[in-house]
Amino acid sequence: MNDSLVRIENLSKEFQRGSEVTPVLAGLRLEIRRGEFLALMGPSGSGKSTLLNLIGGLDRPTRGSIAVGEDRVETLSDSALTAWRARHIGFVFQFYNLMPSLSALKNVELPLLLTHLSSSQRRKHAETALEIVGLTHRLKHYPHQLSGGEQQRVGIARAIVTDPTLLLCDEPTGDLDRKSGDEILGLLEGLNRQQGKTVLMVTHDPHASARASRIVHLDKGRLVQEAVS
Amino acid sequence: MKFFPLIWGSLKRRKLRTALTVSSIAAAFLLYGYLSAIRSGIEVGIPIAGQDRLIVRHKISLIQLLPASYLGRIEKIEGVKQAVHSTWFGGIYQDAKNFFPQIPVNPADYLRMYPEFRLPPAQLEAWERKRTGAVVGRKTASKFGFKVGDRVPIQGTIWRTAGGATTWEFDIVGIYEGADPAADETQFFFRYDYFDEARMGARGQVGWYIVRVEDPAQSEAVARKIDEEFANSPAETKAESEKAFMQSFAKQVGDIGLIIKAILSAVFFTILLIAGNTMAQGVRERTGEIGVLKAIGFCNRLAMGLVLAESLLVAAIGGGIGLGLAWVLISMGDPTGGAFPVFYFPISDVVMGAVLVCILGLATGLLPGLSALRLQVATALRRL
Ligand SMILES: Nc1ncnc2c1ncn2[C@@H]1O[C@H](COP(=O)(O)OP(=O)(O)O)[C@@H](O)[C@H]1O
Ligand SMILES: [Mg+2]
Repeated sequence: MNDSLVRIENLSKEFQRGSEVTPVLAGLRLEIRRGEFLALMGPSGSGKSTLLNLIGGLDRPTRGSIAVGEDRVETLSDSALTAWRARHIGFVFQFYNLMPSLSALKNVELPLLLTHLSSSQRRKHAETALEIVGLTHRLKHYPHQLSGGEQQRVGIARAIVTDPTLLLCDEPTGDLDRKSGDEILGLLEGLNRQQGKTVLMVTHDPHASARASRIVHLDKGRLVQEAVS
Repeated sequence: MKFFPLIWGSLKRRKLRTALTVSSIAAAFLLYGYLSAIRSGIEVGIPIAGQDRLIVRHKISLIQLLPASYLGRIEKIEGVKQAVHSTWFGGIYQDAKNFFPQIPVNPADYLRMYPEFRLPPAQLEAWERKRTGAVVGRKTASKFGFKVGDRVPIQGTIWRTAGGATTWEFDIVGIYEGADPAADETQFFFRYDYFDEARMGARGQVGWYIVRVEDPAQSEAVARKIDEEFANSPAETKAESEKAFMQSFAKQVGDIGLIIKAILSAVFFTILLIAGNTMAQGVRERTGEIGVLKAIGFCNRLAMGLVLAESLLVAAIGGGIGLGLAWVLISMGDPTGGAFPVFYFPISDVVMGAVLVCILGLATGLLPGLSALRLQVATALRRL
């Protein structure tokens, strides 16, 4: 076993709308090592989210292969893919995407509802995750009662509560001011450094990508590597 | 149910809309309950009409009288267990709007024929002793305040006394109760022997016969034998089951069952559209949320299950309130103040109501549930 976690070979993705075919990713190759904090940069519309979705099993590639650990993601059936996502992937979204009707604690518990954990165990795990992101004082708050930065912390807590193999973040600071954004970046950096989490973060902000251990650029459907920072 | 907070939360968030949907479902089921009770009032007696009882009337019409002497001949027919007769008195107590049926009968025989009318044995004895004695149903008794010992004057509209008077006087000796909610507690029974002796004209004539057969399976054959017995006589008969008789009687008011079904179908169709549309709108607005749940690892079937559980919950709350309210209001009594001889919510209709609640819940959740099932995660997330 080598230390690469994600291996992408010859990956292509085209979107079809009627007879019109839009190629977004064309024959892409990428490897992410275990414990890496990789930033994925590129202009808007270059296919960053598309690539993230493919790695996370939210969408299917047109061609090519995606291996995460032992699993060949593109070969899994829909239901197997869903179960695989629940076990291996933690998503962090630009607009947090919390359930507005649930408290912070209940939001973080959400992925654990799919496990066999008892309600007290679920609660304990969720509290631990919220402690990691520094929100122990906001357990009972609802999303609309939290600031953007706090909501994103809840989003991160929800992503890490199942202890996933890979953390996929799509512009996690894109909707935040500089200060809150820095805090979130610090948090992701900490998860990467101290807990050894592998993180793939999409951003178009150089200030954000500077925190990563490696940066790749996506342009016109192809990847351009950049030196380790 | 660990997913309950998620379902409840999405309802709680659209408080007004949920409240309106729940109220419209509750109103529909309240109406359903009331219409059931009204039907029970119009089809009085039909649900408990004895399978083993026949009604024998004049072939030409119910108003034509039959000789009282038929009693002995009917009793001799093979397959007949018991026979009694009854006659329509058609009197008025104080005011024409105070309607209740008055019927001259032979007390002990009649009560044996109708065990669903319960009279304390001591009151039956008192009735046997008192020629002018009468027994009245609990409902009529409480409506007019009749008590044992009261003397009740009734204006005869069809029958006069031999002395030419139109007023008949009866002494209340007993109050009967129905053994079943469908039993008619509005009737007023008095003694046939007193009636026959005291009436002017038509002596020895009765309205119709009630016959109990030995074997319910043979009731049609027995009915034919009775009609054959009196064929080619001046008073030919028509015998039919009590249920058929009552149904044809209720049909004179109109086919209530059909009218009620038509009204309820229209109401349920409307509710289906209203609740279905609200549900579909709610799910459409939550497309992103459902996408996020799927990204987290909720499978397609679970996403659909959550939507169905939500629509079932709305239907159950609305239906529960409606049926419960109907039950309470109906048990408080007939809103017309006594136009119906009976007024109750039949258990079979309550069960049917519960089934309709489930059907409504599933039907309103089906289409939105399927769209949740089919929702593509990547597409849903792009819309956020
Ligand atoms: N479901 C889709 N159908 C059609 N086109 C799509 C779809 N998803 C993405 N695209 C197109 O793919 C391109 C890349 O989109 P995206 O991955 O969201 O870019 P980025 O995240 O880098 O801004 C865009 O041109 C976008 O319009
Ligand atoms: Mg994007």
